Amino acid sequence: MLYKVATPVLAILTFLGLWELLVWANDWPNYKMASPSDLPPAFWKYKELFLVMGWQTLWRTVVGLLLAVVVGTLIGMIIGFSKLARDALYPLLVGFNAIPKATLVPVISLIFIGQHDFNTILMAFMISFFPIAVSVGIGLSTLEPEYRDILRALGASRFTIFRKIALPKTLPEFFGALKVSATLAFIGTNLVEIVSPHGRGLGALFKSGETNGDYPLMFAVLIALAVLGIMLYYAVIFLEKTFAGWADREGT
Amino acid sequence: MLDGLDVAVPAGTFAAVVGPSGCGKSTLTKLVAGLMKPDEGEVWLHGERVTGPRKTVGMAFQNPVLLEWRTILDNVILPLEIVAPKMPTKDRTARAMDLLEMVGLSGFENKRPSELSGGMRQRASLCRSIVHKPDVLILDEPFGALDAFTREDLWQTMRDLRAAEPFTVVLITHDLRESVFLGDQVIVLSGRPARTQFVMDVDLPADRTLDVLFTPKAADMLHTLRDQIKIAQGRTEEGSA
Repeated sequence: MLYKVATPVLAILTFLGLWELLVWANDWPNYKMASPSDLPPAFWKYKELFLVMGWQTLWRTVVGLLLAVVVGTLIGMIIGFSKLARDALYPLLVGFNAIPKATLVPVISLIFIGQHDFNTILMAFMISFFPIAVSVGIGLSTLEPEYRDILRALGASRFTIFRKIALPKTLPEFFGALKVSATLAFIGTNLVEIVSPHGRGLGALFKSGETNGDYPLMFAVLIALAVLGIMLYYAVIFLEKTFAGWADREGT
Repeated sequence: MLDGLDVAVPAGTFAAVVGPSGCGKSTLTKLVAGLMKPDEGEVWLHGERVTGPRKTVGMAFQNPVLLEWRTILDNVILPLEIVAPKMPTKDRTARAMDLLEMVGLSGFENKRPSELSGGMRQRASLCRSIVHKPDVLILDEPFGALDAFTREDLWQTMRDLRAAEPFTVVLITHDLRESVFLGDQVIVLSGRPARTQFVMDVDLPADRTLDVLFTPKAADMLHTLRDQIKIAQGRTEEGSA
């Protein structure tokens, strides 16, 4: 337990130390590069804003991610079970995923004008559903036929086979994708928060730091985002341990 | 794949099916299990024509296909969840535990499949295939991936299970010794398209031990079967194609 906590903490402290050293050795002023020691005052000065904005970023990211889980799993099921759908939809999905999502910000903010929450959630969703859809699709389409046959030979329905075999068997792949998607969703949320005018959330706080030349604030926002990202990542790890812990071969 | 195949297995007996690779033995298991429909002809089980999957069939494959997220006990119970959804959990557990004890897996019921050896997993897979008391058990090379000694252990387990429970068995195998040790009759299929080429009744006591394989009688039977396989492969002399 001590080892589990101590090793990452030590790594983070080393990282902060090196960062501080870099800024100190180059004698960079605050308006060029903030150092870790500048951050606590920045956090303290804007502590209420950080809480409010941080919460906004977090809930919109989580809602976008949940949407990505639902829609991504559905698409994954469609392309996983139907070869026709797989052949038809794959190029479309890959093409959509290849579009830099920043280019879509003006598009969606024009369609849904003023709907800031909605736009942000939509972007978080669009950027994060792809890994989930692909992994669920691959998990289902690569299910060994024997796994199906042990239940099919007994006359089990397709739904029963899905629930008892295909779904649990796909869970490890699903959680692997969810870890990627969780961080992607943050990128989506912040993209909209930073780019759209009069935005809210940590992205908007970053933007205001930039406008005012407040480098410590900007870096403080980045750290806050990193902390939120780590929190969400470990939330996914917790869910994975709960629902797909059997896939972990450690110690056997 | 299969053509002119005429196989009759009397109820309650053990039929071992051997033949060259790719002659359609696995297709035969799918037909019997109702997972595939014959283009022509019919499959009958216990006086009923097979038109689709049925609850009275058990299957085991070369790959034990145990569900990694379930314990050994829950893996064995799985068919009961489909076939007898109303059966009380207590009875299901009791039934599964009886079988696990019979195959020597007592004490392993709460382990995950990944914690067991290949032979133990195959034992669990056999338990799962008969937990719902099927009329017909279809075994598609269940011992094929095991080492020779483990395989012989499993043969004896299979023999004991059969002594304890009545079911008809169709065993697909590549191992002639296995077919003679376990079978009441051995059916040799010819190469593609597969036909019934040869049927041999195994005239050995039901409670046979491994020693029986070293008797002249068994040696004669193995020799006959070997010759039949050679014919099935389209070879007349040793080594020529």
